[in-house]
Amino acid sequence: MSIKDRIALPPVNATKTNMTCHFCIVGCGYHVYKWPEGQEGGRAPNQNALGLDFRKQLPPLATTLTTAMTNTVVDADGKRYNIMIVPDKQCVVNQGLSSTRGGKMASYMYTPEGLTKERLAYPRVYTGDQWLDTTWETALALYAGVHKKILDKEGPNGLGFACFDHGGAGGGFENTWGTGKLMFSALQTPLVRIHNRPAYNSECHATRDMGIGELNNSYEDAEVADVIFSVGANAYETQTNYFLAHWLPNLQGTTVDKKRKWFPGEHVEAGRIIFVDPRRTPTVTICETVAKDRVLHLEIEPGTDIALFNTMLTYVVEQGWVDRDFIAKRTVGFEDALSANRMSLDEGSRITGVPADKIRQACEWAYKPKAGGKLKRTMHGYEKGIIWGNDNYLIQSALLDLVLATHNVGGRRGTGCVRMGGHQEGYTRPPYPGKQMVYVDREIIQGKGRTLTFWGCNSFQTTLNAEQFRATVLRRSAIVKEAMNKARGATPEQMVDVIVDAVMNKGGLFVTLIDLYPTMIMDAAHVALPAAHPGEMNLTSMNGERRMRLSEKFMDPPGVAKPDCLIAAAIANTMKAMYQKEGNTAMAQRFSGFDWRTEEDAFNDGFRRAGRPGAPPIDSQGGDTGYLATYDLLRKAGTNGVQLPIKEVRGDKLVGTEMLYTDKFGTADGKAKFLPAKWPGLAKPVADQKAKHRFYVNNGRVNEVWQTGYHNRFDPHVKDRYPMAIVEMNPGDASALGVQAGDIVELFNDYGSTYAMAYPDAAIKPGHTFMQFGWFNGIAGDVVTDWTDRNFVPYYKGTWASIRRIGGRDQFAKSVSFKSRRYQT
Amino acid sequence: MSKTPQVTRRVFLKLSGTSAAAAVGAAGLAPSAQAAQAEAGRTTLPYPRTAVARLAGLKVNTPVAFNFPDASSPCVLVKMGRPVNGGVGPEGDIVAYSTLCTHMGCPVSYDTATRTFRCGCHYSVFDAEMGGQMVCGQATENLPQVKLEVDAKGTIVATGVNGLIYGRQSNVL
Repeated sequence: MSIKDRIALPPVNATKTNMTCHFCIVGCGYHVYKWPEGQEGGRAPNQNALGLDFRKQLPPLATTLTTAMTNTVVDADGKRYNIMIVPDKQCVVNQGLSSTRGGKMASYMYTPEGLTKERLAYPRVYTGDQWLDTTWETALALYAGVHKKILDKEGPNGLGFACFDHGGAGGGFENTWGTGKLMFSALQTPLVRIHNRPAYNSECHATRDMGIGELNNSYEDAEVADVIFSVGANAYETQTNYFLAHWLPNLQGTTVDKKRKWFPGEHVEAGRIIFVDPRRTPTVTICETVAKDRVLHLEIEPGTDIALFNTMLTYVVEQGWVDRDFIAKRTVGFEDALSANRMSLDEGSRITGVPADKIRQACEWAYKPKAGGKLKRTMHGYEKGIIWGNDNYLIQSALLDLVLATHNVGGRRGTGCVRMGGHQEGYTRPPYPGKQMVYVDREIIQGKGRTLTFWGCNSFQTTLNAEQFRATVLRRSAIVKEAMNKARGATPEQMVDVIVDAVMNKGGLFVTLIDLYPTMIMDAAHVALPAAHPGEMNLTSMNGERRMRLSEKFMDPPGVAKPDCLIAAAIANTMKAMYQKEGNTAMAQRFSGFDWRTEEDAFNDGFRRAGRPGAPPIDSQGGDTGYLATYDLLRKAGTNGVQLPIKEVRGDKLVGTEMLYTDKFGTADGKAKFLPAKWPGLAKPVADQKAKHRFYVNNGRVNEVWQTGYHNRFDPHVKDRYPMAIVEMNPGDASALGVQAGDIVELFNDYGSTYAMAYPDAAIKPGHTFMQFGWFNGIAGDVVTDWTDRNFVPYYKGTWASIRRIGGRDQFAKSVSFKSRRYQT
Repeated sequence: MSKTPQVTRRVFLKLSGTSAAAAVGAAGLAPSAQAAQAEAGRTTLPYPRTAVARLAGLKVNTPVAFNFPDASSPCVLVKMGRPVNGGVGPEGDIVAYSTLCTHMGCPVSYDTATRTFRCGCHYSVFDAEMGGQMVCGQATENLPQVKLEVDAKGTIVATGVNGLIYGRQSNVL
């Protein structure tokens, strides 16, 4: 019997700090309590910091408090403290709710004997045939030495990076600035890819070209929309508390009073939700359970979103359900786009597989004016189904054309067309120095590039064409390892020469990992540097409604781990010293400006300097008013923070922006721009796989796992549930293949092969599968083609593969539930 | 902003409908308070050994409601009809769980079709046949499983709970 049947309560004098959840875009507000181990608060409400009466059973919804929300940590001085991290009821984002991911933040803070004990605590260097912990000085001498020598010999174009660009853990305004300044201002390399895609590109090129940034409304708008139009998004599992606290109340009708108040004289009722997704997601089944007659699911054929939106645009124009006045005054290019996109209901139905009546019904729900000719208020939320869809640029163009024509972006509350989001955001960087984007994975596969630093990301588990990428990196890394092995007794300076020779003359690749954990990248790496995450550092991010918060440091990082911005500074300062030593003042100057003592120094240098007189060009999500946000004011703003851009400071309160584009869109003339988006069909490499292989392989997150599972893979609650990546498949298909729940199956096509644990579910259509993305044990990207759109944005969600049974059911059937992951009644 | 949802009486009944309707009371079985023995790897909380059902009265897949370790902690016992993780009895098929969702304490209901416990507040699902494993949902813990013993007379006795019951600092108040 486990002894997890009691916890220590924080005493009334426990320290209390603000924490925004490390994980998904929603950024739920939490409080951290910390107090010396060995002490605990009493059960009476005046005896514990939570103010709750634990002398009796608490009623439902009184609190969210589990053993996973507690831990014991050790600070650098050796003192041990209990911590408790619980959701904040006063935070307008989550209103006291926690998800299964954020609810475990306390468990995921470092403790030497806890489930995070594998954390990188010291720099490591590959020596001979093993990893050795070393000092920052030694590791940096090697890292900076190799990069300097290559930079001096041939310039920066071979210095590769796969680097985060987001907020939350492994990101934040401090760390995107620190890394960006190193890569783009100091090294000036163009060979940079972002954490989840093979180039330095946006996931929303089209909408930005149209003058519409992708986070343009507030979570409150979802509460008051007539219709929520969800495209390729699975909010319950991936933006949980946005869904639970803001979407569901609308569907349940509990926000009708608010609608009445906001929109006097306008017909209001409980909201409706339209889903566009080839998959019957857990979000769909929950919504159908709540209000079946107010939910519509358009189960499109994979990759046919463009045809659907073009059909809907054509139909609503024919019906006159567009805002001609808005189109005339605030947009350009409508007629050209309409002409290019035109598609009949019959043709659209044939391509998408959605009955024409259902498409017509969706148009009526979302766009047919209300009584008195009042425009519907339809909020559009999209995510990876589009972003990783069949031609990112064209899908977004087609969707935004529909949204613009019906005036569902541009300042009306209850509307907006937004990314649902993956990570939180937190972008502040110098401009990308390349003349054009580089498909970095392809360059590496083709033998180009000399170094590759994986910074807070794990492309081995997440990239496209992953098997080939991984195999190439490992092969090229081994060339360097072999050279290092032979350099017995080499000093760091000598080892630099050995490595540089291996990468410049022998086809090797020098690989570095900068991360929280020794991830799968360690198989290829030669140096590993330990990073910190929120709570171990002060870190600012913004969520999916541009709400910026400061997560406060409350404990020390493990060992000598550092915030990424200070690692970047240490690299730059080491290189600067090297140049100074040889009297190269010009290059020393290029590596200057990193004299930061703390992460706040990096914040002030980047986020707060953007747009200020005398500052260099800085691309920042804080815009030109970021300077108003000081750590002090953000601390006071607590878990509710401020929505960027900041308008002003009133007293000690930051005043932000709830909705964008009320007057002008983000173009030079302020007018939104329609873009033509003619239905292109499936890209050839993808169509080829479809022709040869039987099963559509969709992939995405499952609720319990955050990203690559860097914490979760050590958490019994998750790893016992998902000991291997699952592949959901139709029970009839499984049966025809002789596959039972829990069997290991191989998925294979022309690009690679991967393995997963079969999870039959009647909700999956025949011929379709859904594989868990990013997990360490079964990598969906191995069978994803190398095709991308014009901006190198992959079609991760679209590949086809064959499946065969391997066996192994006995391993999992006794410990893993294979009941449907979809709540339904 | 919408308010955090409240569990109204109507919702409560709806949520707990299956178990309320199907529950068979364990009448006439008085709890016998007895502190658990302190033992390595075991809890030291003084759980009251409580008779909660008899083997003879159990029907397969028919939940039996009881309270443990005290009157304010609702639990449900189910005979599965096939051996399951943590099951007791001659067939190793009898299990019991707290019916307060570990997420935020809403009552979970036993669904006889899928043999899962379901929470209607935030849609967590727990597998009764897999030790209360969360199938999907927002809880951070599986459903607390009640430790059971069967005595020579066929009485099923609750002796402890594996996992923290919602809304408590300690399982034993």
